[in-house]
Amino acid sequence: MKPCTFEYYKPSSMEEALDLMHQYGGEAKILAGGQSLVPAMNFRLATPGILIDINGLQDLSYIKEHRKHGVLIGAMARYSELEKSDVVAKKCPLLHETIPYIAHPQIRNRGTMGGSLVHADPAAELPAVMLALDASLRLRNKDGERVVAITDFFTGMFGTAMKEDEILTEVAIPHMPKRYGFAFDEVSRRHGDYAMVGVAVSLNVDRKGRCEKGKIVFFSVGDAPVFAEKASQLLDKQNVSEELLENIANVASSEDIEPGSDIHASADYRRHLAKVLTKKTLKRAFDKALA
Amino acid sequence: MKISLTVNGQKYERDVEPRMLLSDFLRHDLELTGTHVGCEHGVCGACTVLLNGEAVRACIIFAVQVDGEELTTVEGIGNVDNLHPIQEAFREKHALQCGFCTPGFLMTLVPFLKENPDPSEHEIREALSGNLCRCTGYQNIVDAVKLAAKSLT
Repeated sequence: MKPCTFEYYKPSSMEEALDLMHQYGGEAKILAGGQSLVPAMNFRLATPGILIDINGLQDLSYIKEHRKHGVLIGAMARYSELEKSDVVAKKCPLLHETIPYIAHPQIRNRGTMGGSLVHADPAAELPAVMLALDASLRLRNKDGERVVAITDFFTGMFGTAMKEDEILTEVAIPHMPKRYGFAFDEVSRRHGDYAMVGVAVSLNVDRKGRCEKGKIVFFSVGDAPVFAEKASQLLDKQNVSEELLENIANVASSEDIEPGSDIHASADYRRHLAKVLTKKTLKRAFDKALA
Repeated sequence: MKISLTVNGQKYERDVEPRMLLSDFLRHDLELTGTHVGCEHGVCGACTVLLNGEAVRACIIFAVQVDGEELTTVEGIGNVDNLHPIQEAFREKHALQCGFCTPGFLMTLVPFLKENPDPSEHEIREALSGNLCRCTGYQNIVDAVKLAAKSLT
């Protein structure tokens, strides 16, 4: 239960960090909050030769509102900072509602927004929530930067579209539309444990209460967070009704996801939870949007 | 690598290998063995210490990461002759049996009760969700936190 040896660098500027990534790329891992990486290193599931600790980059932990781009969150913003942020509470209520479900207080004091997304754990809350919010991610390397839509970011189990020498620097969450509703829920054995199934819902309605755009996203049901495309499409132009919720929950749990069985839950049970959670969260999201 | 840090108000300078976990550093290099090592992968909470006042798990932080920082371990909150009010409440309410997990619980609770001086039972249980105790069944720990909250205000 001790990590392998590695070389440790703690750059004090982004330029220095990008130079190091350029030089070491594939051999190196970025150390952000370390709340997934260090356990994996202790188990020797991860044995990076080089760690580049970006905790010295102070200008990466901002949380601010931008007139055009929505809420901008630096990759090193920690869960506990997001949890206490007024900007997040007011402008990203779905994210605000989600944070307390993530692990435990000690972990939330260290774990970061960027770290969670780059780690791309299919059982993690933040990737699913960012997918529901249509976030975009700013990636930098020595040659420049690019912005990647979250829909193009996750490529599979712990896999992302990042190049070896890139660092995630910022997450942008678009402004909420008018008449906006959201909800988050998950079922886990114990508060703070990995969820057996979780779901994030984000939607808005028109003046007649019909859904204009709705997104249902699951986690812990596949190799990556899953956008329930068929079910989400069924929301289009619909008013909320018991029948609609039942239908969408059925489609989401039977057609949009292919959950596996493991020690925590069988595939059937996961489908059952997905159905129940979809109905509950959709109802709550509609209630908020219509309020 | 050379690091210097403050633990319980005392300055230390040491030379550490990058892979040295903070929990091992505290126990072996500084001989502060009050910080316990349970699961060593961030699940049990026994190694909880305060990093600049915030509860963190020492087994999933490297010692090199705390260069220049300020730490508090269980040795820093009280001693046998002068218990911290939370320690006093743990004794009063019989909130420990074997005591292995206790330092972690205490270090989680110090900042928690500072931020939430009058917590509900639900808040207490949620705050303690990251600490495992195999002896007590938690009930007495929750009682102790309630008592500590009272005596701290």
